[in-house]
Amino acid sequence: MTATSLTYFAIAAAQGAFKNVTVSERTAQAFADGSWILAIVYIVVALGGLAALVTLSGLVLIYVERKLAAHFQCRLGPMRVGWHGIFQTVADAVKLLLKEDVIPEKADKAMHLLAPFLSMMATVMVLGVLPYSPILQITDINIGVLFVTAVSGFGVMGILLGGWSSNNKWSMVGAMRAGAQIISYEISATLALLVVVLFSGSLSLAEIVQSQDAGWWIWRANGVGFVSFIIFVIAVTAEINRTPFDIPEGESELAAGFHTEYSGLRFSFFFLAEFINMFVVSGMTATLFLGGWMPFHIGAWAGFNGFMDLIPPVLWFTGKTSVVIFLIMWFRWTFPRLRVDQLMYLEWKVLLPIGFVNLFAAAVVVLYNLYPFPILVP
Amino acid sequence: MNLLFVISFVCLAAGMVGGGLVFSFLVAPHRPGAIKNTPYECGEQPIGQAWIQFNVGYYLFGLMFLVFDVEAAFLYPWAVAFRQMGTVGLIEAGLFILVLLVGLAYAWKKGVLEWV
Repeated sequence: MTATSLTYFAIAAAQGAFKNVTVSERTAQAFADGSWILAIVYIVVALGGLAALVTLSGLVLIYVERKLAAHFQCRLGPMRVGWHGIFQTVADAVKLLLKEDVIPEKADKAMHLLAPFLSMMATVMVLGVLPYSPILQITDINIGVLFVTAVSGFGVMGILLGGWSSNNKWSMVGAMRAGAQIISYEISATLALLVVVLFSGSLSLAEIVQSQDAGWWIWRANGVGFVSFIIFVIAVTAEINRTPFDIPEGESELAAGFHTEYSGLRFSFFFLAEFINMFVVSGMTATLFLGGWMPFHIGAWAGFNGFMDLIPPVLWFTGKTSVVIFLIMWFRWTFPRLRVDQLMYLEWKVLLPIGFVNLFAAAVVVLYNLYPFPILVP
Repeated sequence: MNLLFVISFVCLAAGMVGGGLVFSFLVAPHRPGAIKNTPYECGEQPIGQAWIQFNVGYYLFGLMFLVFDVEAAFLYPWAVAFRQMGTVGLIEAGLFILVLLVGLAYAWKKGVLEWV
């Protein structure tokens, strides 16, 4: 069954006849047909898949991060639990689950409890709108890009609240730095997003992927697409507090930053949210600039393109996302941590002016159909 | 139908976090102590609270962010409808951004963007 459906997939994609069918559309259809059970099955499967994705991507990414970090430094990394330490993160998760949950005496207890909720919810909600493949998207909101920016911007509330409510000086400084950093870099990320929205003329993530049928925006949006790709990757690296922008939790200066007073499972929610956020922003980068689930095509090479179409869209999405994740993890072992003044300098005096100039250039390119460079990968 | 799914995402996320917390509460030990519950300051006795007046620089960056974030909210619909508006759209958005950039230049000149 899988082989036939894959072939169908490939042929349909090659003919450009592929229509997006999200899970929510199928549910609506089932409701309209009066088959309530089918609709409920769709909802349960979608939510179960999302929960599995959250857990799995968190566990896998933490393992990959540790292994990559080790190999960048000529170490072996986790080796003991399972084959090449593959169950290390599972063991860590069980350990964190069994740890005591300490709430400091002077903390604002309700807010302290609420903060990991906000952090986690912001990330989980975004996972539901990402287009993993034409038929594997839970719901396609027509304002998808805006939804993603709005909801992931909400994650900063969790960090600020967690740092403030702990009533600890390290947490307070970390939370304040996180707030200033995340909101600053959000502007650059938005400006880079706007370039893609200009070119594709839609805010729906599925339609943005469809608009890259003739070429991914990183190449086809001649120059401006590439510049905004670079700005976007830098800005999202800062937004998810990854090195070199990890001053909110810089270990060598702030103990553990905003989550100093968190222990046990609630610490692990902050930790998990950070890694799932990495998956989310990489998935967004892949969707917006690298063509999402679109296969890689080169001009008139029909044979090559046909071969590329055989690879299922889900694998394309996963592959592109993995490349961006690897890039972000690579940054950590390449660049030293920035100081807070350098961080603000980079955003407000470098990235923001470049972002505005780039947006203007993109508008001119779109308006007058200026394509100064030959289209290498149409 | 989309809204239903968005609401169910919220429920799922809250359920996952809440369920985990309840399970952890049931299986994890719970032995609070006076010293264990003091704020962690690397072994030093904490002096005073952490809820103090804070560097005003963060507030200024917050204000700057607000300006550009609201501007971005205006630019989203502009970007979607850009192809239909043509040159007029380009000029209008250019003027709009220019006004905000004057604000940025003013802040830059005033030294707000210098971190002290």
